[in-house]
Amino acid sequence: MYQPRSIQSSLSFKDKLISIDFILVFSILILGIVSILAMYSTDGGEIKYHTQSHIIRFFVFFLMFFILSFVQIRFWHNTSYLIYILIFMLLLGVKYFGLTSSGSKRWLNFYFMNLQPSELMKIALILFLAKYYHRVSIENLNKIKYLFLPIVALISPVLLVIMQPDLGTSILIAAGGVVVAWLAGVRPKFFGYAFLAFIMVLPVAISFLKPYQKSRILTFLNPDRDPLGAGYQIIQSKIAIGSGGLFGKGFLNGSQSYLDYLPEKHTDFIFTLFSEEFGFFGSVFILMLYALIISRIIKAGNVTRSNFGKLYCYSFATAFFIYVIVNMGMVLGLLPIVGSPLPIMSYGGSSMMAIMFGLGIVMSCRIYKDTPVN
Amino acid sequence: MFSSNSGNTVIKSKMISRRMFLLTAGKAIVLVGVLGRLISLQINESKKYKTLSDKNRFREWKLAPERGVIKDFFDQEIASNKQVYQIHLIPENTKSIEEVFFRLKTILNITDKKIFSLKKKILKQKPWDPIIISDNLTWSEFSRVNLFLHELQGVEPIVSVARVYNDHSSAHILGYVSQASAKDLKRKEYLQKMSVPGIAVGKTGLERRLDKEIIGKVGFQRYEVNAFGKRIKQIQVDQGQAGKNYKTTLDLDVQKYVSEVLVDKAASVCVMDIYNGDIISLVSSPSYDPNSFVHGVDRKYWESLLKNDRKPLVNKAISGLYPPGSTIKTIVALSALENKIVRPLKSVTCTGKIEMFGEKFHCWKKKGHGVVNMRSAIKRSCDVYFYEIARRLGVDRISETAKKFGLGKKVLRDFVEEKAGVVPSTTWKKKYIGQNWYLGETLHSGIGQGYFQSTPLQLCLMTAQIANGGFEIKPRIIFNEKNNNLKDYLKFKNENPNQPLPEELLVANFNLKPLFKNQENIKIIKDAMYSSSNEPGGTSYRSRLQDKQFMFAGKTGSSQIKKFTEAQREAEVKQEQLEYKNRDHALFVAFAPVSDPKYAISVVVEHGGSGSKAAAPIAKKVIKKVLERHGLRKSHENSFGEEV
Repeated sequence: MYQPRSIQSSLSFKDKLISIDFILVFSILILGIVSILAMYSTDGGEIKYHTQSHIIRFFVFFLMFFILSFVQIRFWHNTSYLIYILIFMLLLGVKYFGLTSSGSKRWLNFYFMNLQPSELMKIALILFLAKYYHRVSIENLNKIKYLFLPIVALISPVLLVIMQPDLGTSILIAAGGVVVAWLAGVRPKFFGYAFLAFIMVLPVAISFLKPYQKSRILTFLNPDRDPLGAGYQIIQSKIAIGSGGLFGKGFLNGSQSYLDYLPEKHTDFIFTLFSEEFGFFGSVFILMLYALIISRIIKAGNVTRSNFGKLYCYSFATAFFIYVIVNMGMVLGLLPIVGSPLPIMSYGGSSMMAIMFGLGIVMSCRIYKDTPVN
Repeated sequence: MFSSNSGNTVIKSKMISRRMFLLTAGKAIVLVGVLGRLISLQINESKKYKTLSDKNRFREWKLAPERGVIKDFFDQEIASNKQVYQIHLIPENTKSIEEVFFRLKTILNITDKKIFSLKKKILKQKPWDPIIISDNLTWSEFSRVNLFLHELQGVEPIVSVARVYNDHSSAHILGYVSQASAKDLKRKEYLQKMSVPGIAVGKTGLERRLDKEIIGKVGFQRYEVNAFGKRIKQIQVDQGQAGKNYKTTLDLDVQKYVSEVLVDKAASVCVMDIYNGDIISLVSSPSYDPNSFVHGVDRKYWESLLKNDRKPLVNKAISGLYPPGSTIKTIVALSALENKIVRPLKSVTCTGKIEMFGEKFHCWKKKGHGVVNMRSAIKRSCDVYFYEIARRLGVDRISETAKKFGLGKKVLRDFVEEKAGVVPSTTWKKKYIGQNWYLGETLHSGIGQGYFQSTPLQLCLMTAQIANGGFEIKPRIIFNEKNNNLKDYLKFKNENPNQPLPEELLVANFNLKPLFKNQENIKIIKDAMYSSSNEPGGTSYRSRLQDKQFMFAGKTGSSQIKKFTEAQREAEVKQEQLEYKNRDHALFVAFAPVSDPKYAISVVVEHGGSGSKAAAPIAKKVIKKVLERHGLRKSHENSFGEEV
């Protein structure tokens, strides 16, 4: 049956280069360029601070992605727990040494950048659980004893992030973890139990929410509740997208963003800006680009032999999909405003770093598709 | 435990693929959902959101138009506009409204009360709509605000225009403007589209009557604004349109003169051209300062106006109702002649009183006038003669003639404050009082007492229509070239400078409707009025003008406020001895000049005592003034007559 091939470990550089998924690389590049154009528009048609640093970040992390692609998959497998622990420590570090900005403590100050460990945790948790479920045998998979570690690994960072407070990121971290467990074959009934438990702690959790978070959820349920307050963002975003129409208002002509009606236009609402300027066709283009990227990640999962690789790629693809959908659902008024960046498009170093890091591992799974991890 | 045998791996791999398939299917569904949302927002509802986006993007500020100017006949401005200095506040642009008000309080004189009401107003309007803090600052206040402007974020100094009235003589007929009230906005449709802060609307008089045309068209500035309300660039400006200017038939010089003559009296004067109905003068006294209303009336001043027992706020000439008193005798006599009740020479003996229907009816002259006929009864204003005439005539026939000559209905069009008055008749009493007519009341009506109520303007119209030979005229105050028919008049006048206008010309060319059955009857009345003013024994003989060119014919009247008691009558109590508010109103109507009548006048002095003593001397002065200016008026008329 499964025969590990010895030549795998001795791939030449040329072989490795050929096995790169160029479609994925190009679609990431195109998305990067689109995101730079969007950023240029948020700066009002000038290359200012946001555009500059976005360009630098994109290319720096794109280079990082490229380099990480050539790292042996075995290395990722072997260091998974370590990476998780490292990032968990950083997360703990945020709690004590973090920078506070607009009421939440999310960042660690490194001299070259402010790092947001919670963003990296999104990938680290997937990596951790991919390794865990890769190693646990199918018979033990659904034993309570073997559910204990994943639950702890998932809940601890989520709690830390909730307390920052950062509802959006914590939900996305949890979503990534749940996806790995699902793919690994954990029985649906456990997800049912988890869901029930979640419902039961919800009232308690809500009482811990900050007033602005509560009002965001209420506002999502009825945006007209307070059109000048919490509902403002949703309403203005919908106006911007809707007024874009079929063809959009044209590059640099998005009046909603140009006149500052759009909140957080660099980060969470970057899609709104793009949608306003390029209309329905622009929106669909972005949506398709994301669909392509996700399908290429799934493809990497399909070709890689190891279950670690499969679990990682599939989970990352699904998590990536969730990031995109949560962000778009938010700006389209389908989901409450929870604050989640659109991968690659949104301004933000940590998010870009995490995504590129995740993609790098995907590419590594593809290049070393036949290499056994242990 | 963590063994990795190959069988296990394959089973696991299959599990992963199966579950991934489920997830991918789920993703596809979600993707379709997002696509659907995009279609709904960007295609189906795009129009709605485009409108909303434009609503965000553009903001309009309305500009108050300049109000039209009102001029007199000689093109002198009676109501004009002047530059005013104002400060406006845009609440949105301030950091803290409290702070701005605090600073303003130290710079200007603003009361806490005013600040309170301003704050209340701010809450009601949009944060970018300016609110007027002070609309009429002196230059020194204005420059002080400008000096401190850097500390007053959101405050804008504005140079605007506002209404100004150059004199007070025409205050009543012109009316005044003031800030539009909520009631105004609700009632007047044209105002609803013009909700400009600080727009002034006409509250009374011509300002109100002409408001719709004179107010102008509101302009606007459209700006692109950002989310913080900051103006980014101007998109469109429409300066609006200044209101229409109006020329009136009034003569400002006469207005001023009359106003001086009436000073301190509660009185009114109307002067009318007897041929075309142009109102030359319409003054009510005492007057008030209409300028004080433009920027919000001072409470103290307002209360003093309300408390004043001479009622300065009432336009007595059109809103004041007075029993016409003996001035109605012209109409009663005319009615008797027209209905062939008496011959002019039929005589009646006046003994000072008569008893009829179980009631005593007194003549104003206690001793009586002796034997009088129609001419001498009018001349000396004998009450007993008219009791007799009225008794024979009956109230309904008096009423018919009085109505024909303009009593009992509004004279001007669309003047809210104008009163219609009352011309009593048997049906009127039944309808409004619900009782039958008593014969005694006919006698009271015959001397213009009882239920009779008329405005000075109506009395002027009545006299004018007698003076012009008994033709209907339509009084007007807004100058109108078209219906002037001046050319015919002027042509005839040039050819026959010293003749009165012939009846045929009047009827044919002036489109006048005769109000008489036999014009001889009108001539008899005019002759009787002549005698009253110009023959010894006439009631207004002492106030006559002897110069032929000014000579007038009039009729005095006094309307009783309180019935004399028998004791007072016996004691021959004089009007001057009574309390002010119990004295009779003094009335006088006249036309002049006698040889070729041109103008009619009515004078009413409230509580003036008797018409001959209080009202006729005023008429004498005014008639002289008006006739002196006649040549000037006609040459001015002629000058634009040629332009046509």
